[in-house]
Amino acid sequence: MNQDAIKELLYKMADDLLILGHRNSEWTGLGPILEEDIAFSSMAQDKIGQSQALFEILHSLGEQEPDIVAFMRNANQFHNSQFVELPNGEYDFSTIRHFLFDHADQLRFEMLSNSLFEPLAKLSRKIKGELKYHVFHANIWVTKLGNGNEESHSRMQNALNECWNFALGIFEESQFERQLIEEKIFEGEVELKKRWLENISGILEKANLKIPNTNTWQAINGGRQGKHTPNLQPLLDEMSEVFKIDASAEW
Amino acid sequence: MIKSLDPRVTRSEIDLNNSIDPLKDLDQWETYEAFHQKKRGEQHIHVGIVHAPNPEMALLFAKDQYGRRGITANIWVVKTAHIFMTEYDDQDIFETTPEKIYREAGGYKVMEKINKYRKETKISK
Repeated sequence: MNQDAIKELLYKMADDLLILGHRNSEWTGLGPILEEDIAFSSMAQDKIGQSQALFEILHSLGEQEPDIVAFMRNANQFHNSQFVELPNGEYDFSTIRHFLFDHADQLRFEMLSNSLFEPLAKLSRKIKGELKYHVFHANIWVTKLGNGNEESHSRMQNALNECWNFALGIFEESQFERQLIEEKIFEGEVELKKRWLENISGILEKANLKIPNTNTWQAINGGRQGKHTPNLQPLLDEMSEVFKIDASAEW
Repeated sequence: MIKSLDPRVTRSEIDLNNSIDPLKDLDQWETYEAFHQKKRGEQHIHVGIVHAPNPEMALLFAKDQYGRRGITANIWVVKTAHIFMTEYDDQDIFETTPEKIYREAGGYKVMEKINKYRKETKISK
């Protein structure tokens, strides 16, 4: 199997989960109500756990220890989509991002549960329940707020418009796309995006929200190649602040 | 100095004298009672309450409040308003007189029977 192709896939998945997990954890203590604060924080923690599992697989392929990989790289060495590094804004934005990203994430792992790269297939089966719950949670909030009052509806629609082209950047193709498909490791970003659109369309319709007109679609790519917005580096500095005081400390 | 994007850090700049208008009406969500079942077939046990605007969201929150640690097979939620209860003023209806102690569960002498059965079937513990 093509190791470079697998590593590239693992890095982008792990980085998406680590960065979004960290971003979502910034809501801890500030969520709209206590119960939602706990739910959102708990899911953020799940994401960081999932990224750790992916970094462990990378480590078994010869990459450095998960903590080193997570905390010691600079922004231009990260492969996450730009979508996940954007600041939280208000809860409408974070909820829509959670909805758009988690649907893609669940589908990606679902597709990978048949991967011939066994460690990924195994992980996919292990975290299936977590991902299912995250999507439940997102669907319920989006449907509720989309159908709430005029303010909640227009906030959700604006957030969806604002997120859309960034969300399309999740599916930025890698140089290894063909190898991944041929070797039956992953069915590819094009297929993932197709299934994602099918899944979210039904929920958005129920939520009375409209996907932006296709002629305005323009994926914001670059993240997978290490090109990021100015928002990523400050996040990394903050995330690794304690770790960097003594990188060799035992926790 | 890097400008933090974390609201927990930036909120230190919020003007504390800035008054917040009080709400005219309370706009709290309703409460739902949550019941947790450890294993399929076992009883659901009351574990607490959650605030939620509808049953779906109550289930979501109950899952995270009460189902994320340990084993869970199933969760129920019931609107608190839908619970009927006895009055605490009527608590005396539960009292029994001392001579009716045989009615209490402690009054059953079953250990003898259990031990006899164990002896017969040679189950040590």
